[in-house]
Amino acid sequence: MGEFKVHQVRFFEYMPTGIRALAFHAQNEKMAVARMDGSVEICDCSDNFFQEKVIPGREQSGIEALSWVGDRLFSAGLNGEIAEYDLTNQKVKYTIDAYGGPIWTITGNKQGTHLAVGCEDGNVKLFEVIEDKIQFERNLNRQKGRIISLSWHPSGSKIAAGMMDMIQVFNVETGNSIHRMLVDRGLRRSRSEECVVWSVVYLSDGTIISGDSAGMVKMWDDCTGTLIKSHSVTKSDVLALSVSQKEDSLVAGTSEGCVVQFQFISVVLEKDEKEWVRTRTFKNHTHDIRAVAEITTAVVSGGMDTQLVVRPLLDKVEVRSTASALRKILFPHRRLVSCAKKAGLMLFQYPSHLELWRLGESEGQSTPGSSLPIRRKPEKLLFLKVKGEEHIRCSVVSPCGEWIAYSTASSLRLYRLHCDNNNVSITKMSKLPKVLSSANQLCFSPDSSHLFSASTESSVHIVSLNQLGCKYVATLKPKSGSKQAINLLTASEDGNWLASANSDHEVQVYNLQKRKTHCTVPIYSSAVSAIAFHPTTNCLFMVHADQQMFEFSIEQKQYTDWSRSVQRNKLHHIWLERDTPVTNVMFDPKNPSHVILHDMYMLCVIDKSLPLPENSSQFYNQLTLKSLPAEERKFYSHAFKICKTFRAILCVEQMLDQSLVVVERPLTDITTQLPAPIKQKKFAT
Amino acid sequence: MVEKSDIRVVRCGGSKINLRAPIISYDSRYVLCTSGDLVKVYSTRTEEWIHTLQAHTNQITGIALNPANHLQVYSCSVDGTVKLWDFIDGILIKTFVFGYPLFSLYVSKKHEGVIFLHCPVTKKSEDEAFQLVAVNLPKSAEQEVEVKELKAVLFDISSNPSCTAVGREGEYIASANHLKLHIYFFRKQRTYSFSLNATDKKGARNVFTCIACHPKEDCIGTGHEDGKIRLWRNFNNKKECTHSTMHWHHNAVNTLCFTAEGTNLLSGGLESVLVQWHYGGDKKEFLPRLGGSILHISTSPDGQLFCTSHSDNKITVIESSLKVSAVIQGLVKGDEVLTDLMIDPRSKSLVLNGKPGHLQFYSLLRDKHLYNLDIVQQEYIYEAGLDQFEVVKAAFDVKGSWLATVEQRGKKSSDLEIFLKLWAFDEQTQSFVLNTSIAAAHEDQIMSMCFSSSEETTMLVTTAKDCQFKAWVQGSEADTQQSFWSCDFVGSYHNLRPTNCSFSADGSLLAVSFQEVITIWSPETWELLSTLCQPPGEIRDLCFGRLSCSKYLLGTTTKNLLCCWNLLTCALEWCSSLDVGTLLPDPLSENVAAFSYQPTHTDLFVFRPSEPRPLFAHKSVCSGKVHRAVFVPREELLARCDEGSQWLNRSQLYFLSQAMDLLTFSTATEDDRMLAASKRLVVDDSVAVTPFYLLLGKHRQQQEKPNTSNPVTHKPQLPQGSVAIKELLHTAAHVLPAASVLCSLFVTSLLISNTGVREEMDSSEQEMDSEKEEEDSEEEIEACDSQQELRAQGSVDEVTPKLSKAQEKELRKVRKTDFSWMTGLIDSKS
Repeated sequence: MGEFKVHQVRFFEYMPTGIRALAFHAQNEKMAVARMDGSVEICDCSDNFFQEKVIPGREQSGIEALSWVGDRLFSAGLNGEIAEYDLTNQKVKYTIDAYGGPIWTITGNKQGTHLAVGCEDGNVKLFEVIEDKIQFERNLNRQKGRIISLSWHPSGSKIAAGMMDMIQVFNVETGNSIHRMLVDRGLRRSRSEECVVWSVVYLSDGTIISGDSAGMVKMWDDCTGTLIKSHSVTKSDVLALSVSQKEDSLVAGTSEGCVVQFQFISVVLEKDEKEWVRTRTFKNHTHDIRAVAEITTAVVSGGMDTQLVVRPLLDKVEVRSTASALRKILFPHRRLVSCAKKAGLMLFQYPSHLELWRLGESEGQSTPGSSLPIRRKPEKLLFLKVKGEEHIRCSVVSPCGEWIAYSTASSLRLYRLHCDNNNVSITKMSKLPKVLSSANQLCFSPDSSHLFSASTESSVHIVSLNQLGCKYVATLKPKSGSKQAINLLTASEDGNWLASANSDHEVQVYNLQKRKTHCTVPIYSSAVSAIAFHPTTNCLFMVHADQQMFEFSIEQKQYTDWSRSVQRNKLHHIWLERDTPVTNVMFDPKNPSHVILHDMYMLCVIDKSLPLPENSSQFYNQLTLKSLPAEERKFYSHAFKICKTFRAILCVEQMLDQSLVVVERPLTDITTQLPAPIKQKKFAT
Repeated sequence: MVEKSDIRVVRCGGSKINLRAPIISYDSRYVLCTSGDLVKVYSTRTEEWIHTLQAHTNQITGIALNPANHLQVYSCSVDGTVKLWDFIDGILIKTFVFGYPLFSLYVSKKHEGVIFLHCPVTKKSEDEAFQLVAVNLPKSAEQEVEVKELKAVLFDISSNPSCTAVGREGEYIASANHLKLHIYFFRKQRTYSFSLNATDKKGARNVFTCIACHPKEDCIGTGHEDGKIRLWRNFNNKKECTHSTMHWHHNAVNTLCFTAEGTNLLSGGLESVLVQWHYGGDKKEFLPRLGGSILHISTSPDGQLFCTSHSDNKITVIESSLKVSAVIQGLVKGDEVLTDLMIDPRSKSLVLNGKPGHLQFYSLLRDKHLYNLDIVQQEYIYEAGLDQFEVVKAAFDVKGSWLATVEQRGKKSSDLEIFLKLWAFDEQTQSFVLNTSIAAAHEDQIMSMCFSSSEETTMLVTTAKDCQFKAWVQGSEADTQQSFWSCDFVGSYHNLRPTNCSFSADGSLLAVSFQEVITIWSPETWELLSTLCQPPGEIRDLCFGRLSCSKYLLGTTTKNLLCCWNLLTCALEWCSSLDVGTLLPDPLSENVAAFSYQPTHTDLFVFRPSEPRPLFAHKSVCSGKVHRAVFVPREELLARCDEGSQWLNRSQLYFLSQAMDLLTFSTATEDDRMLAASKRLVVDDSVAVTPFYLLLGKHRQQQEKPNTSNPVTHKPQLPQGSVAIKELLHTAAHVLPAASVLCSLFVTSLLISNTGVREEMDSSEQEMDSEKEEEDSEEEIEACDSQQELRAQGSVDEVTPKLSKAQEKELRKVRKTDFSWMTGLIDSKS
C-alpha cells in the first residue's frame, strides 16, 4: 500500500433530510423514498438497496405520501398538488392541483385504475388513472375534519379513511360512508387533544388496522364497525403502518424510533383461528419513524433521523447472506463533490447552492500516520445560489478549475471562474447550445476543453469550451436505444475515451476521436456504482452495487485477465458483505497495478500484482503482516489493503500532486443538527 | 464408646421452604411447600402450619397436585421415591421407588397416570447431565411399588427445574438449557430446538433462566439473565417461530408463571417486585417491596391466589388483586448465619440473623417465625454487589433484659464501619428498644462478645482484632432517668490479638484468649490473675464448665488439642487430641458438647469436663461442618433412665449444618410422644371444618373446660341434634330452604342436645355425689362453671335460703342449664 499525503476535509456540511414516505413496488422490487426536501429516491431492493435514481426536489414542495400505480409513481404534498414522476428521465412529469387544500395522503388501488387523495377539507377525491395523465373523477361524501390516511380494500370497492378522532369506511361506488368508528383519545394526553389516526391499513379479510396518536394499534371489523383488539404500542404516536404482501405480518413505526411487528398467527398450533399478536420490536432509529414498509424479506423504515434502515426478517430469509444483514443507508450512493485536480479546488453540491473551496497547503515532511503543519488554511471561494426553486441534480468543476457547471431538472448553467490572487469572480456563460437545456450527469474532459452532458435517452452531448463561449460538437447515442438516464460519466486521461453507465446497468464506451460508440460492456445484473479509466492502460474499471469488480480492456473489447481471475476466484466474503457501495475508483500513478477504491467506511487499495485472498484466509491482514518476518509476509499478503482511518467518507479524490482528498462527514455532526427526539425515560438515568 | 441407642439426628423444620415452588390446592385453602424432607401444609387464610407429610428420607425436590384427584399430591425426593399423599388428612397413599435421585416433578392433566421426572442420566453423578423421563405409574394396589419403566423424553436439560414446563393441555413439553430452547411434541414425537446468541450488540445476556407455558394458547414465556421476557409463538415451525420481548426486570428473571386462565403473566426476580403482565396487552402492574428476591411464583387453579417464595425463606400469599393476604415465614437464612445461634431467655425462642440487617426470633417449638428485630434500621437495597450493614454478632445477658448487637459494613479493614448497639427489653411494648449505640467501638473487626453470666451485674466484654478487649458497663448517671452504656476497661496482653472471651458460671472470672495464651481476669478489679498456655496452636474456642464442674476451663486449639485446666490448681487437668471446632456448654447441666471436624463430616462428643471420657458420641451427625449449635432448655424435663441419652434430659441440642439445615437430636421416647400427640390432633371427621364448626368447637371447648381433666381419654361429645346440624351444613346451599325457616330448627337442635347431655351428665354426677357433700360440690360447680357465675349469682340473691331439698335440686338443675349457646348466637349475629 502506497503512502499518500491526505487532505482530510470536514468542511462539507452535507445534511441529509428526513424520510417522509416510502412506497414499495412488489413486482419490480423497487422502493421509492420521499424525503422532506421533496426529493424522491428509487432504490433497488434486489440490488443491495442501491439508489439507482434520484429525483431532486423543489423549494417549498414537501411530499406527504407516495403511491405506485402500476409502474407509475405519484406523490402528493401539503401544497395541494399531485405529481407524477418521469422515472426514465428522473424528473417530475407533471403536477395537478386537487383543489382540496393540502393533501395528506395519496393511495392507488390494487387494480391500478384509481387514485384516492385525502385532503385537508375533508374530501376524499378519486382520480382516474388514464394513460399519461390522471383525471379527477369525483368526491366521496365530504366529512368534517381532515383526511390523514387512506387505505383501499384490496377489492377496490371500499376505502378506509383515518381522520381526526375517527375512521370512516366509504363505499367507493356510492361514495357513502358505511361505518364511522370512533377512536379513543387515550388517557395519556389531555382529553381535549384530538386523536390523529396517522395510518390505516385495510386487509382483504375486512380487518381495518389503525395507528393513532394515542400510541395504539387497533384492529377493527369492517362488517360491524367494531373494535376487535387494541394494542398499546407506545406512549407517543404510532405514525406509520405497513402490512406484508401475504397479510400475515404488520409493522408499525412509532415516534420513539421503534418498529413494532405484529404477526397474524394461530394462538393454538395447527388450528385455523388466528389472531394479531405483537411480536418483535426493532429499535434502530433515534427519532420519529415517518414511514415503514414491509417488503418480502425485510422491514424498511425511515424517519427524521434521515437514515433508511433495512431490518431483515431472518425467518423469511432462506440463506444467510449479504442480503440478510441489517443495512443502514446514510449517505447518497452518488457523488456530491467534484474536484479540480490541477487547481486544488473542491466543489460541494448542496440542494440549492454550490460551494467552491480551495484546499489548504501544508509544509514539511512527516512520518506516516501523523498530521502535517498547515501553511495555508482552506478557504471558501464561492457560494453560488441556484436560481429558481428547483434543486441541483448534478454539478461539476473542470480539472483546471476554470469552469463550473450545474444542472437542475429544467436548466443547465455554465460559469467561468476567474481566479487571480484573492479575487474570485465568475461569469455566467450565456447562449449555451440548445442541447444543454438540462443534464442528468456532467463531466469535463481532463484537459478541460470539453464538457460532456448526459441527456435523455442515454445520449451524451459534447460541447467544446473556450474563453469566449461554448460550441456544440456532437451527440453520442448508444446503440442499444435505452431510454434510461445516465448516472455515471467518465473520460479517459488521454481524452480519447468516454464511458457512461445508465440505470439499465449498460456501460457504453465511446471513442471521442471518432465520436461514436466504441463498444458496449456486457451487461451485469447489478448496477454500476463507480467507473474509471486507467490512466495508462485505458482499461475501464467498474465496481457494481453488489461489490463485484470488473476490468474491461478497451482495446481488446473484453475483460482483462485479472478481471477474469477475480470472477474465477470469487471475492472474499468479507468484501462482499460490506453494505455500502464503492462510489469512486482511482489509480495510483506511481504504481499502475494499484487501484484505489472507497466506500463510506473504508479506503481500499487493490494491488493487482498480488494474489487474491482465499475465502478462508484473513481479510484484514495488515496488522498480522506487520508482525511477520519479511519472507513470510510475502506468502500471506494478498491484493486487498484496507484503510479504516477515516470514518463516514463522502468522497475521496486524487489531486494532481498525488495527494488524496478525503471528504468526511462525521455522523455525530449530522445527529447534532437533527431536532431533539422525543424524550424517553431510560433505565438508570 | 457409648451405645448410640435410640438417639437419632432429625431435621427439625426451619429448613428451606423456598427450594421449590409452593402449590396451592384447588380450593385455595392450603399452600403446600417442601421443607427439607417434609411437605408442609399451611392454611392460606390464617398462615397457620396445619400439618406435615412426613415419610421421605431425604430432601424433597418437587411437589405437584395429582391432576386426576385434586385432594392428592405427588412428591419426589432425592431419596429416589415418588410418594402420593392425601394432603388433607396427611396420609401416605402410595410410594413409587425409582432408585434414581429425583430433582423435580411435572404433571399434566392430559397424561393421566404419567408423571415427568427430572433426574440425572446416571445414578451416581449428581450434577452432570440431566434428563427428563416420563413414567407410567403402575396401577397396583400395593403400598410400595418399584418402577422400572422409564422413558426418556428430553436429554441434556438444565439442572434448574424451573427451566422445564409442560405446555397447553400436555401437548408438548418445553425445556431450556443455557441458550437453547427445546420443545418436544408428544403427538408428533418430535423435538424442535431454537437457540439464541450468547450476546448481541447491545450487551444482552440471553441465557434462559426460567420458562412457563400458557395454559390455553400455544405460547411459551421464557425469562432471561438480563431481565428480558420473551414470548415464543409458532414454535412448531423452525422458520416461522417468532417471539416478542418484554423488558422490565433489570436483573435475571427468576421465575415466570401464567395465571390459570392465561390472562396474566407473573414474573419475579431479584428486585423483589411481583410484576403482572397483561397477556396480549402492554399493561403491567407491580407489587413491590415483598422482601427477599422472588424465587418462585405459583398460582392457584381457581385463579384467586398467587404465591411467591422468596430468598429469605418466605412464602407470600397474594390475592389476585395484588394484595398480600398472608406471609408464611420460615427460618430466615441468608447465605450465612454470622451471629451465633442464641436463645432468648425470655421467649425461649431461637435468635439468629434474619432478614438483612435484622435479628429474627423463631419459635422452635412451633417451628414458626415470631418476629424480626430491625437492628441496622436502614433501608436494604436489593441489588447484587452492594456493601451494606450486616449484623455480625449478638448476645443476650442471662436474664434476657439486654441484647448487644454488632453491625459492620466494609469488606476491607480500611473502610470498616462498626456499630455496637445495646438494646434494653421494654416490658410495656414487650420488645427490645435501642438504649445505646456506640460507633466505632473498636478499631477493627469484633471477634467475640459475651455478657457476664452473673445475675447481679451486667457487663459486656468485646474482643477485637485491634489487640484490645473492652468491658462495657451500664453507667449510672444521676441526672438522667435512663442509664447508658460506656466503656469500663480496655485490656490488652502483649499486643496479641484476642480471639475468644468467656465468663465463668458465677461471673467472677473472665477468660480471654490471646492467640496461644489464655488470660484469666477478675472483672471486679481488672487484675490479671493468671495465664494458661498449651502451645502449639492458637486457641480456637474457650468455655468454662458449669455447675459442679465450674472449676474447669476448656479450650480447643488449632493444633487439634482439647485441653481442660483446673482453675484451682491452674494446671492442665487433662488433654486429648481431637480436632474440635466448637465447644458448647449446656447451661443447665455440666455437659459440654464438642463438634469435631473430619474432612467430610462432623462428629459430636458430649462429655463432662471432670473426666476425659465422652458421655455420648455420634459419628457424622451431618456431612460438612457444623457451623453453629445451641443448647435449648426444655420446657419440661424428660425422665429417662437410659444413660446414653440422659444428656438430652434437660436441654435439647440444635445445630446448623453446612447446608444451613437446622438439625436436632431426637430420642425414641420423644418420637413416641410426638406420634401420640399427632394422633390426638386428628380432626374429628364427623364435623366438617367450616366456620360453623369453629363456632361450635369454640363453644364446646368452653363447655368442656371443667371436665377435660384427661384430654387423651376424653372423647368430645357431639350435640345430639347434630343430625340436624349435619343436614344443614352438608346440604348444598342452593337446595336449602330459607334461612328463617332453618334458624329455629337449628337453634332448637342446639338447645335440646346441650341440655340433654348436660342433664344426663349432671344426674350421673349427682348420683355419685353423696348428699352430705352437697355444699362442697356446689362450690366446685360454681368454680368450674365460671361462665355462668354472674347469672347464677343473680339468682342466688333472689332465692330465699329456706327451700326444700327437692326445690333446691330443681333450681340447681335450672341453673346448670347451659345458656351459652345464646351468647354464641348473639356473638355470631353481631
